[in-house]
Amino acid sequence: MSEHIVPVRIYLTIFGALLLGTGLTVAAAFVDFPWQFNTIVALTIAVAKATLVVLYFMHVRYSPRLVWLIVAAALFWMAIMFSLTFSDYFTRHWLSPGY
Amino acid sequence: MVEAEATTQEAHGHRALQHHFENMEQQREAGTLGMWVFLVTEIMFFGGMFLAYTVYRSLYPAAFASASNHLDITLGAVNTGVLIFSSFTMAMAVYFTQIGRRRAPVICLVLTLVLGLTFLGIKAVEYHDKYVDHLVPGYLIPSRPFGPEVQQEGQPFDEHKLHLLPGATVRQVEMFYWLYFAMTGMHALHMIIGAGLLLVLIYLSLKGRFDPEYHSPVEVVGLYWHFVDIIWIFLFPLLYLLGRHLEHGG
Repeated sequence: MSEHIVPVRIYLTIFGALLLGTGLTVAAAFVDFPWQFNTIVALTIAVAKATLVVLYFMHVRYSPRLVWLIVAAALFWMAIMFSLTFSDYFTRHWLSPGY
Repeated sequence: MVEAEATTQEAHGHRALQHHFENMEQQREAGTLGMWVFLVTEIMFFGGMFLAYTVYRSLYPAAFASASNHLDITLGAVNTGVLIFSSFTMAMAVYFTQIGRRRAPVICLVLTLVLGLTFLGIKAVEYHDKYVDHLVPGYLIPSRPFGPEVQQEGQPFDEHKLHLLPGATVRQVEMFYWLYFAMTGMHALHMIIGAGLLLVLIYLSLKGRFDPEYHSPVEVVGLYWHFVDIIWIFLFPLLYLLGRHLEHGG
């Protein structure tokens, strides 16, 4: 009936995890990974941190399905925006310079 | 008289219940859902800037790494910590309101506000550093038009000079700083609006307007504050950390 109250212990854990993630991402930036892995590692940590914030600080984990749907819709439309734009910009060099 | 009022309250439920809702739970869920719909539009808004960043970064990787290395990583990291801390105190403000405490939510909200203002203060210091080094894009910047001094081969190290990696040009660095100021500027604007919202919450909270049954404003401003935190969680590595491994000599 009434809403779910997230215990303080979970808030503290998430807070610690977010600070740890920040430390990790700074440390990883000074390491040389091959190819594009520096970016991939940084973005993976950022996505993990954002997920923790959304699920616990923003209570989505304990929210109705409708909220989940809205969050998923946001990510879906973001994916459309990115993939359609990239399909243009990142394929231009396929054409000969005359175009 | 008092008895009559009590009966009226009983019949209509909580004093904050609007007539078009069945009960407080339905009202709260509708409010949260509405806020999420607004946040979707915000995600798309910032998404456009992240998209522009990705496209230009792929076009000018060396310039983006050079420009990124000029940002102050310590200030950026400290600000990330400050913002995460403020998100935690915001979450605690919601928690204390939910369990019906009176003073604790106010203390948490004030802490959140102070941390938010700290973030903006550090951001202002960083903006000033970029202004001094001629790194604010555009010709119309008063007494400091864009045009950083470039570090030449063999010169003594100067932290105010731009260290261009091979293949990078100053014009391309300017593009990075356009995106840097657009993204962090819009983020800072959101923080300023958030600080205003916090002031309202502190006032209402002091007046005792919120209780375990009715605290949607606290919850909804909390969602907004956490969203702004998430934007920074992505901005920090993308803007500040992107070329560090190149500079430290890889």
